Amino acid sequence: MERIILHSDINSFYANVECLYHPEIRNLPVAVGGNPEKRHGIILAKNQKAKEAGVKTGEVLWQARGKCPELVVMPPNYQLYLRFSRLARKIYNRYSDQVEPFGLDEAWLDVTNSAQIHGSGRVIAEKISRDIQDELGITVSIGVSWNKIFAKFGSDYQKPNAITVITRDNYKKIVWQQEVGDLLYVGRSTKKKLIKYGIYTIGQLAQTSLDFLVLQFGKMGAVLWRFANGQDDSPVKSFDEHYNGNERILKSIGNSITTPRDLKDLQDVKLIIYMLTESVAMRLRETGCYCLTVAIHVRNKELHSFTRQVKLAKPSDLTREIAEAAIALFENNYDFSSDIRSMGVRVTDLVPDSTPIQLDLFSNEIIRVRQARLDETVDQLRKRFGNLALRRAVTIGDQMSGLDPKKDHIIHPIGYF
Amino acid sequence: MAIKKFVQVIAKFEEDGKIIPLKVLWEDGRVFIIDRVLDMRPGVSLKVGGQGIRYTCRIQNKEVCLYYEEPKWFVEGKEKS
Repeated sequence: MERIILHSDINSFYANVECLYHPEIRNLPVAVGGNPEKRHGIILAKNQKAKEAGVKTGEVLWQARGKCPELVVMPPNYQLYLRFSRLARKIYNRYSDQVEPFGLDEAWLDVTNSAQIHGSGRVIAEKISRDIQDELGITVSIGVSWNKIFAKFGSDYQKPNAITVITRDNYKKIVWQQEVGDLLYVGRSTKKKLIKYGIYTIGQLAQTSLDFLVLQFGKMGAVLWRFANGQDDSPVKSFDEHYNGNERILKSIGNSITTPRDLKDLQDVKLIIYMLTESVAMRLRETGCYCLTVAIHVRNKELHSFTRQVKLAKPSDLTREIAEAAIALFENNYDFSSDIRSMGVRVTDLVPDSTPIQLDLFSNEIIRVRQARLDETVDQLRKRFGNLALRRAVTIGDQMSGLDPKKDHIIHPIGYF
Repeated sequence: MAIKKFVQVIAKFEEDGKIIPLKVLWEDGRVFIIDRVLDMRPGVSLKVGGQGIRYTCRIQNKEVCLYYEEPKWFVEGKEKS
């Protein structure tokens, strides 16, 4: 039986939620942007009016204001967006138990088995669209197809508040005519490469020989070819709402931050690394894992960035070990030729914390055990009194010391694979 | 323009988790008894900007929309002139 897959995309999610809550700005061009004083001053989302004026997501606020002087910029309110995202998901769950969220504002639904109850794909899409509009006051674009890729394509094809049905009869007319860059997972550089070989549309990609694509792009070539031909058969993964979006196996845990001011010396960097590591290590312990590798990410004020990683001698979840590894890594790889704008700490190669650890003769394991007990106590105190209740001395007495990456961290869209 | 008016509400919590508002306490001390809840469903107030459970109530023979936007209750109030 042919599957019926829906992809629902909330139109200008953040901006439209803000418009709903602020009737007075509903008819103005609105964007949601970060705080320029904290140097997060870029456009996160914009409504239709702002889009028409040429405002783009990711732009710096002053650039956007240049294009559209009357632009209203609202600060983001993630709690509110999370709430709407949850409510939207509840509506999807009325029509299927197989709902796979893709970021906060998008989701795939497999409604193959509910078609008997609720009607065809288009009918279900119409019902969802109406429910969301009535109950949440925002609009969605929905794509209906027999695979996830074309469903996603359909939801991007017409905006806002539209339903696009892509069937085996019309996909050549709708999908194949479009630019190859519109296909999921054809990014800027893949597109450039494809154009070099004379592949401009999705149809051309679909008709290119599979062997040629594999030769040029490796296994991604085969994947893209299958995507373009509508042969993607990946299932819609059902999602357990009590499990916070990471139902896939965790591969790494990381935090990063763009600091309110540039980091000029090792002192600053240490402060930030400790702060980030506190959060990362705490999350690591919460998931019950040890890490084997620590990685750092550094971006300087010219926006050049690099990452470096190092293997630990022993699997660890100790804040101090991870932070010291990160600092050593930094010292070995950066010379402060330019000030630093943003930093990240990430741990990977996760193993369960029940894994036996090979001890050695010369190191003092008692210290590590005591360190672990200390971390555990600190975690408990923070759980009861807040993440800023207990802090490292290095992080005190600086304007950046009030940052709390653990609490502020937000779920990002997860990759397709 | 209408304003979002948060109000005090006396409500009944039923065994199955349903919440039924019974009275609205106005800021000037008046108490409005809800004669009947005509409809309850998730809904938005486009007029004042809000989203929650919308109770369409009959109060003194008038239909009023009362919203439960967790954890607060509001009505679409008239602006004082």
